[in-house]
Amino acid sequence: MGKTLAEKILSTKSRKDVSAGDIVIAPLDLVFMQDSTGPLTLRQFNEANLNTIHNPERTILFIDHSVPSPARELSNDHKFLRSFAKEKGVVLSDSGEGVGHQIVAESFAKPGDVVVGADSHTVTAGALGAFATGMGSTDVAIAIALGKTWLRVPETIKVVVNGRFAKGVYAKDLILHLIGQIGADGATYKALEFSGETVGMITMSERLTIANMAVEAGAKVGLFPADSVTQSYLESQGRGKQYIALHPDADATYESIIEINAAQLEPTVAKPHTVDNTATIKEVEGTRIEQVFIGTCTNGRLDDLRIAADILKGKKRHPRTRLVVAPASKKVLLAALAEGYITTLVEAGATIIPPGCAACLGVHQGVLGDRETCLSTANRNFKGRMGNPTAFIYLASPATAATTAIRGKISDPREVV
Amino acid sequence: MLRGKAFKFGDNISTDHIVPGRLLHLRSNLPELAKHVFEDTDPAFAQRVASGDFVVAGKNFGLGSSREHAPLIIKMSGISAVLTKSVARIFFRNAINVGLPVLICDTDKINDGDELEVDLKAGKINNLTNKAQLSFSRMPEVMLRILNEGGLIPYITKYGNFRVL
Repeated sequence: MGKTLAEKILSTKSRKDVSAGDIVIAPLDLVFMQDSTGPLTLRQFNEANLNTIHNPERTILFIDHSVPSPARELSNDHKFLRSFAKEKGVVLSDSGEGVGHQIVAESFAKPGDVVVGADSHTVTAGALGAFATGMGSTDVAIAIALGKTWLRVPETIKVVVNGRFAKGVYAKDLILHLIGQIGADGATYKALEFSGETVGMITMSERLTIANMAVEAGAKVGLFPADSVTQSYLESQGRGKQYIALHPDADATYESIIEINAAQLEPTVAKPHTVDNTATIKEVEGTRIEQVFIGTCTNGRLDDLRIAADILKGKKRHPRTRLVVAPASKKVLLAALAEGYITTLVEAGATIIPPGCAACLGVHQGVLGDRETCLSTANRNFKGRMGNPTAFIYLASPATAATTAIRGKISDPREVV
Repeated sequence: MLRGKAFKFGDNISTDHIVPGRLLHLRSNLPELAKHVFEDTDPAFAQRVASGDFVVAGKNFGLGSSREHAPLIIKMSGISAVLTKSVARIFFRNAINVGLPVLICDTDKINDGDELEVDLKAGKINNLTNKAQLSFSRMPEVMLRILNEGGLIPYITKYGNFRVL
């Protein structure tokens, strides 16, 4: 019987012929945590008296959620992570390096891997054809010790995307549209597997945006095949040798199939306070916005900053609308500096904040005021997400964000691109 | 047998509703963090909750961030189980790993403040206030075994591995 991508990867790794519904013990290629989940993970690791890290070179501690630290308690959490990393010889990605998921994509994940991280957006690496899924601190504490975890092989929803995006429409609009269609629990416990001609036409950065948000529909993983796009990306990161082709079998069994015509999509926005509360741009156009945030593991990559800079070039942000920009990693920041995007954004009135998660989760560097409204390129708009439960968060693409920053209200990017 | 009153919540209660990111600095001080559980959703929750009580929710409880602090501080507040129509994947694993039962059932017949009796072994919920009898679905065997040991740390401490799947 044919296999989905999820079944294929988990069968290979567990050395058993498994299909949806089976429980496997999977050896792990990469395990990571970050500064908001890491301290609890390491306390659980210590409590379990396991002492040994199974594979220190493939265990990463990312300090990315609150960098540089805005509070002494968090500084002490960071100290704890650093001293653990030194003692156990695990990989430390410290303040300034960037968002873990971006670094995992740039430097670590490869097709066919099984990856777990103490962060729900671990699914991002599904873009490279890795079975990457988020877990909590205790699961990850055991995972770093044993080098394996238990997983239920998920049923798969196949998402077939055909057609070319219209001007002003991007991968972000596609994934928002899909989540709006199936709901915030539409893929709970399941794999989303992307295929169709559009998948071959988009970049790795766009695939990362889509895979990143699979969890916003409840999915366990958001998987892409590993193909020439994956190969070129790995080569661009100096990891061409890590490429293997990976495709689902033609006769694989899917729980359901969803077809999307990319050419018919419009700029899409998620309205407060759930990600599935989506609308087309025309339904929300004109909504006043006090802050625009461009960045995160969803849309803080070089092409996202390029799209924003192209729209903002020679323009100014609206006087009532703050513009906060966070490159996803040091690599992205350096490339954006070299390309002149950062200069363009700063001249347009942007505040550039360090590579990291920052405003997305409401710790610092862009916390919203009472009843303020923000349009963000991030992945979540829950009540209180950006540090204030009375504020309102809209989610959209970098193009919609940049256009909105200029006009001070939610605006259609198709009018400027 | 568990007994307590119901704290009723709606659909799509995220981990940000349970423990928002603005409290990140308290995550290494769990007793202090626990004082804020559900603060932005039900500000009186932490004061009103008593040992043995239940969180009762609509669909997709616990969606969003993987922060295990969410089920941990719900458990620390005295809640004996979460009763919900459906639960987000990571929250489900986390809750079981910290020894907090999550029971999937039709929660429409439970109102805020109802007195409930839950028989974990028999899979039955008795609503003492409106006399409704409910049952909940059995959780996957692997999770039941972890829960029966009190969570994943005691499970691994006992078995040293995932040996009884």
